[in-house]
Amino acid sequence: MSVSKPLPHDAAKLHVTGRANYIDDIPVPANCLHLAFGTATIARGRVTNMDLSPVKTARGVIAVITADDLPYANDVSPSAHDEPLLCDGQVHYHGQPLFLVVADSHLNARRAARLAQVEYALDTPILTIEQALSADSRFEEGPRIYTRGDVDYALPQAKHTLTGSFDIGGQEHFYLEGQAALALPQEDDEMIVHSSTQHPTEIQHKVAEALGLGMHQVRIQTRRMGGGFGGKESQGNALAVACAVAARATGRPCKMRYDRDDDMIITGKRHDFRITYQVGFDDDGRLLAIDFTHYTRGGWAQDLTLPVADRAMLHADNAYFVPHMRVTSHRLKTNTTSATAFRGFGGPQGMIGIERVMDHVARHLGRDPWDIRRLNFYANANSPKPQDTHYGMPVRDFILDDLCDELIKTSAYHTRRADIAQWNANSPILKRGIAISPVKFGISFTLTHLNQAGALVHVYQDGTIRINHGGTEMGQGLFQKVAQVAASRFGVGIEAIKITATDTAKVPNTSATAASSGSDLNGMAVQIACDTILSRMAEFLAHQYNKTADDVVFCDGTVRIGRREISFAQAAMACYQARVSLSATGFYKTPDVAWDRIAGRGQPFYYFAYGAAVTEVVIDTLTGENRILRADILHDTGNSLNPALDIGQIEGAYVQGSGWLTTEELVWDDQGRLRTHAPSTYKIPAMADRPDVFNLSLWGRDNPAQTVYRSKAVGEPPFMLGISTYLALVDAVSACGSGYANLDAPATAERVLAAVERVRA
Amino acid sequence: MAVCFLRRIEDRQTWHMVPRRINHMNISFLLNGETVHLSDVHPTTTLLDWLRETRGLTGTKEGCNEGDCGACTVIVLDAETTRPLNACILFLPQLQGKAIRTIEGIASGDTLHPAQQAMIDLHGSQCGFCTPGFVTSMVAAGINGDTDFDTTLAGNLCRCTGYAPIARAAKHTETAPLPDWVATDRQALAACAKAALTAAQPGSGDALAALLVDQPQTRLIAGATDLGLWVTKHLTDLGPVAFLNAARDLAQITETDTHWDIGAMVTIETLRLWAVDHMPALADLLRRYASTQVRMAATLGGNIANGSPIGDSPPALIALGATLTLRRGDTRRTIPLQDFFIDYGKQDLQPSEFVQSIQIPKTDHDLRCYKISKRFDQDISALLGCFNIRVDANTIQDAKIAFGGMAGIPKRASAVERALMGQPWSLDTITAAHSAWAEDFQPLSDMRASAGYRLTTARNLLVRYFHDRAATPTSVHEVTV
Repeated sequence: MSVSKPLPHDAAKLHVTGRANYIDDIPVPANCLHLAFGTATIARGRVTNMDLSPVKTARGVIAVITADDLPYANDVSPSAHDEPLLCDGQVHYHGQPLFLVVADSHLNARRAARLAQVEYALDTPILTIEQALSADSRFEEGPRIYTRGDVDYALPQAKHTLTGSFDIGGQEHFYLEGQAALALPQEDDEMIVHSSTQHPTEIQHKVAEALGLGMHQVRIQTRRMGGGFGGKESQGNALAVACAVAARATGRPCKMRYDRDDDMIITGKRHDFRITYQVGFDDDGRLLAIDFTHYTRGGWAQDLTLPVADRAMLHADNAYFVPHMRVTSHRLKTNTTSATAFRGFGGPQGMIGIERVMDHVARHLGRDPWDIRRLNFYANANSPKPQDTHYGMPVRDFILDDLCDELIKTSAYHTRRADIAQWNANSPILKRGIAISPVKFGISFTLTHLNQAGALVHVYQDGTIRINHGGTEMGQGLFQKVAQVAASRFGVGIEAIKITATDTAKVPNTSATAASSGSDLNGMAVQIACDTILSRMAEFLAHQYNKTADDVVFCDGTVRIGRREISFAQAAMACYQARVSLSATGFYKTPDVAWDRIAGRGQPFYYFAYGAAVTEVVIDTLTGENRILRADILHDTGNSLNPALDIGQIEGAYVQGSGWLTTEELVWDDQGRLRTHAPSTYKIPAMADRPDVFNLSLWGRDNPAQTVYRSKAVGEPPFMLGISTYLALVDAVSACGSGYANLDAPATAERVLAAVERVRA
Repeated sequence: MAVCFLRRIEDRQTWHMVPRRINHMNISFLLNGETVHLSDVHPTTTLLDWLRETRGLTGTKEGCNEGDCGACTVIVLDAETTRPLNACILFLPQLQGKAIRTIEGIASGDTLHPAQQAMIDLHGSQCGFCTPGFVTSMVAAGINGDTDFDTTLAGNLCRCTGYAPIARAAKHTETAPLPDWVATDRQALAACAKAALTAAQPGSGDALAALLVDQPQTRLIAGATDLGLWVTKHLTDLGPVAFLNAARDLAQITETDTHWDIGAMVTIETLRLWAVDHMPALADLLRRYASTQVRMAATLGGNIANGSPIGDSPPALIALGATLTLRRGDTRRTIPLQDFFIDYGKQDLQPSEFVQSIQIPKTDHDLRCYKISKRFDQDISALLGCFNIRVDANTIQDAKIAFGGMAGIPKRASAVERALMGQPWSLDTITAAHSAWAEDFQPLSDMRASAGYRLTTARNLLVRYFHDRAATPTSVHEVTV
């Protein structure tokens, strides 16, 4: 059976030969035009005068479009209609698109875009958390609060209490392929847009709004993205709408791709957070009560800030049961680029809060942080009485005690911890550190209605199969996993399956490929469509051979009907000739999810995905330089649809998560300008930053929830394994003195050195 | 970002008056085995744009357009060398007489190169956008017999895989035979008629000297790893340019009784390989100079002449007591390298003058270079400290300490050196020199580091030097598990 085989990515051969087409590689008609935005050079204020004549007369310029030229909606927001495609007079952040240049080449468009003479009336920008709080600049009327128990009563009762505050930086997606779109105007006002997007339906919706069309007149296609990571969930809207508007205005194909610096300046990033906490615990380190406050900068437009901040709150417990718990979340509106979805979607920020607390408690008590974690875990799945989360969802599938015990053993955690302590005692300048961190990540969109998916499956008369679904391919291998599901259903080889570009004309009303849901939702929708066809085929074949449908077995490219055996191709031909429909749609909706985000109660998740990592690092106490020496990971994939692809997701997510917390630093200046807007200044991990020793195993037991082949979602959960890197750095710093490291993230060399100086003080 | 042009132009006003055709170039090269002649291209058209937009070869990707991600890596061969280079900051005239292999030209017919096959079999691609660049880098490393993949692949960024499967694929292809096209391309190059050089492609130092006397406003392009960004990012029209890749006499390393003479056109990678045998500390530093792709294009002369305060070679060379030879027409002068850097953006370089070579004395030294950056590889220094202190009988006899990233120019720590001279070589002496650092340096805060961190770390690097000389482990890269 195809499912569970470690097959390569479906496009691997195209990747390695340069024949995989991304948006900018699609051959375009000779009259194709190219677009670039002219952008604001202030963070907040009003445009008082915009002289575009030098732009219009620049070489190769065909047209210049401003907000006044837009015939319909001037909005590319995925949520609150607060995100104009082109500035309506008010500037909200440095880099905001002011006007759109349409030119005969990418280069000419970029050149012309810089020639505008723009005058502004400046306002003082709101950039920091303090400034936003003081101006009461928010996306909701006040903080959102989820609570369980009585924190105000329980905290003072605790024998020990600690307070703390730390900052966690944002993160640039740095998908290798920048944002891009290509619009091809069609007859009768229809528009086809090729978009590098995780959310073709959203693009369709926004393009239709911008052109005054019904969604049926707009068709979006996405074959693949060169990376997404959440950065193409909503951030592609602007380019796709710009292309469509310009294509409508000129009647010519229009393409837009951001130069890397523009991409980094214009588009949203992971939300940065400040988390403060007050925790009460007993002598053993058992947590009794905790009070978290989250502050996050959402940037200038709402985008996805509310659900991101919600998910941070929903992961503030991570793996731990705390009887009295309150999470207060401030969603702040600032004059910075609008923060957006990024792998984990707030989960990592929420999770690092409680992991930091566990560490702080352990160091306060002089205990191994692992012991404190283990002590506070939720009750095991086998326990007769599951414990509820702080939002009232029972944790019925908890396995982290078993999983971590196994990892502690295989990673030789205790031995190494002792060895490291000894090594540190003899090493005056370099110090090593080790830490384990567990992950419990909720799977499902918290906006319940998004938990649906559709599929379209065709069997042709020669027995080959073409499938389509609403999920998008961004490198995660979704297409291959889903193809493996289809191959397994039909009992054919993977080569009989062709999976095709995501297309809103084939499967409508899709959700973003996000929230790790891609294979859960689309795999199941495809399975359902396949089964519809299979049951028709079986019914017909059984009738032909005087058997029942239960006697028909699809396996190894053949169909057995009782003792008769024909090839799948022969079966398909027979069905075709007998006028049996060989095409079907499939539709799936996740069961058992219901969530009230205002009350903070319900079952937002279908199940949890689990994992844990042990990371060892070394730091230099003279410079703060640091690096990962070894990582051991045990991650829960359920019954993996494709272990090779899942391992790829886990390895990549771990390194990306470690990058978030170490070298990837976003720096804004006091004018609100992003100073790290290129790979020369923003440093994602490079080849040598991967761990020297990297051991990874899958905890491959069936998902108790009824997912496709009992697999588990794997896109986001392993990202948070990178938290162990941060904790290992804290451990290494702690070897330098007795104070608490109080390390902010990202833990750059500079921050590590400052922490070393703190613990020595 | 590394730097590569050899002199500054003061008179920018003339640019707009220069007709485009003055930069007429004759260029011929091999592209995936096919001969290409170009005579009507703009000299600052990048290979990447030309491949993708003119030739429709879209396998070579644009990831950053500044030479930092490696997605556009192509292989450039000539008779002696095989270089993976970033096509995004490579101007067409730099390819004169070379053979280029893009990702489309790596396989032999239907047979994939072993690197391609290993990337498939070992799951080295996910989104696939960085993959062509990784494959070309791997193939080039294979041709060069270089199996230090942390180094050869440091210039290729991947955001999906976390690199582990790519490293496995690279390891797996270590023993791959040379592709057939290496020999056939070289044969074809040898047989190919050389295009006549134009004035903008001086074939020697003499020709360059004459050109600059005649046309002082000419902008010189060596490796284009810095000037390339002026074009791709700042969208600057460079005006009249000259490409120096044909001036091979400027690319020699020669030895005299007293010093080594390094030609300005020697690439950083050539210098690094030379330094492995002659000055290991310099080689270790240059290992962290940008990436393989950039080092194979960038030149030492460019790194010096652009006057950057964060270029990686000047502090090391200053600590070695290097001198610089400048040439104008037939006049040459030699100055201490440290005197070349006058102020931020201002160097001791006269109109029509260019950097000819750098001399490194053959005296004994104890050079150690410490580069501090957010990421170990392919990052610009937040600060770079280069120490060369001579100790006899536990007394400091001579101290040369030079820093990058601490001032507007690469700069000696003169007050610190004075505080050390004649003192015993001890931590007490280093502590006593504490206040001298602030006399030497008043660094800035920027996106790479704060002023406070720079100053503290600069001081600490002298402590590191002390321990390092005593063979106490001081680098996180010395620790293994």
